[in-house]
Amino acid sequence: MQKTNLKEVMEISLLAGKIMLENGAETYRVEDTMNRIARAFGVEQCESFVTPTGIIFSIDDVEQTKLVRVFERTTDLHKVDLVNSISRRISSGELSMEEALLALKQVNQSKEEYPIWIQVFAASIASGCFLIMFQGLWADFVPAMVAGGLGFITLIYIHQLVKIKFFAEFLASFVIGVTAYGLVIWDFGVQLDKIIIGSVMPLVPGLLITSAVRDLMAGHLVAGLSKGAEAFLTAFAIGAGIAAVLSL
Amino acid sequence: MLVQFLMSFIAAAGFGIIFNVPKKTLIQGGLAGAIGWLAYLFLVEFQFDQVFATFVASFIVAVFSHIFSKVYKTPMIIFSVAGIIPLVPGGLAYDAMRHVVQQEYTAAIELAAKAFMISGAIAMGLIFSEVMNQVLVKRIRAANRG
Repeated sequence: MQKTNLKEVMEISLLAGKIMLENGAETYRVEDTMNRIARAFGVEQCESFVTPTGIIFSIDDVEQTKLVRVFERTTDLHKVDLVNSISRRISSGELSMEEALLALKQVNQSKEEYPIWIQVFAASIASGCFLIMFQGLWADFVPAMVAGGLGFITLIYIHQLVKIKFFAEFLASFVIGVTAYGLVIWDFGVQLDKIIIGSVMPLVPGLLITSAVRDLMAGHLVAGLSKGAEAFLTAFAIGAGIAAVLSL
Repeated sequence: MLVQFLMSFIAAAGFGIIFNVPKKTLIQGGLAGAIGWLAYLFLVEFQFDQVFATFVASFIVAVFSHIFSKVYKTPMIIFSVAGIIPLVPGGLAYDAMRHVVQQEYTAAIELAAKAFMISGAIAMGLIFSEVMNQVLVKRIRAANRG
């Protein structure tokens, strides 16, 4: 294989891996996808090493090994799915290198599947539903929606402002606590506990827990443990926010 | 029961939206979540331990996610993330936190230990279905070859 081609294969694989990692795919899936793409383009030997904060990828002995750093991770499973299907099409030989690169670049620049107001609305509806699931009263449905929605808005807004995720989560759960407390004091809500538990649920790091376990099972101990630590820190931040309200 | 089913369905689908899952998989994700939650309620109703109930429920969510991911050719995680959220012991963690704030550390540790066990049960459920999936896939591949 020619050297120029190898460079392009590398670029495609790294871009695919970077998009997947940034949008919440499991680490082992990122490695697997990158290797598959490289193999589909005729590379016989390649190694990838992916951690939640960076990708190391090397092809054969000819090309230089490359390192890509990933600073920010969000959750956009739609993009993960898109890259996944692009990699399937590459494997079946449907896409040439140029087409694949173009498709990946499009995915990288595409917007989120749902606009923010729909996400906030979904978070607040989910809060209300969780309240009922945890044996709350129907009278508390709307208060939970309000608190959950406000908490989620805080999370998004503060996260844009300050790049520290845990601080945003802390403030979001603090806002939820204060809102729920206020609503109960002014007689809009009845059970403070249930409202808080229901509205905090949208902040729960469910994705981190799942992918941490799957990574650990696939033998990616570094990635699994660090994601587990991130999940634990998130849970701690949420708890601290609520505790701050309760101790006031 | 029907109310619980509807609520867990909407909640799981809502979570799908928060995680930006593709539109065509929202319904299946909600379904996986709702079935898991009903299984959990059912087991708790019949006096099973909460930890065991959580384990079985998360196993069921994961099995359904694996099936959906094979059928729709999408990553399994798209279906399972929303489904396991209701099982997360938010209530227990909250109670533990409240006891910490009131400086009743013994009670807090008891609750925290229980919450920890339940989180472990969620992980175990996911692991079991993963193992089952891998064994089955190997079997099927071997059968196809032979």
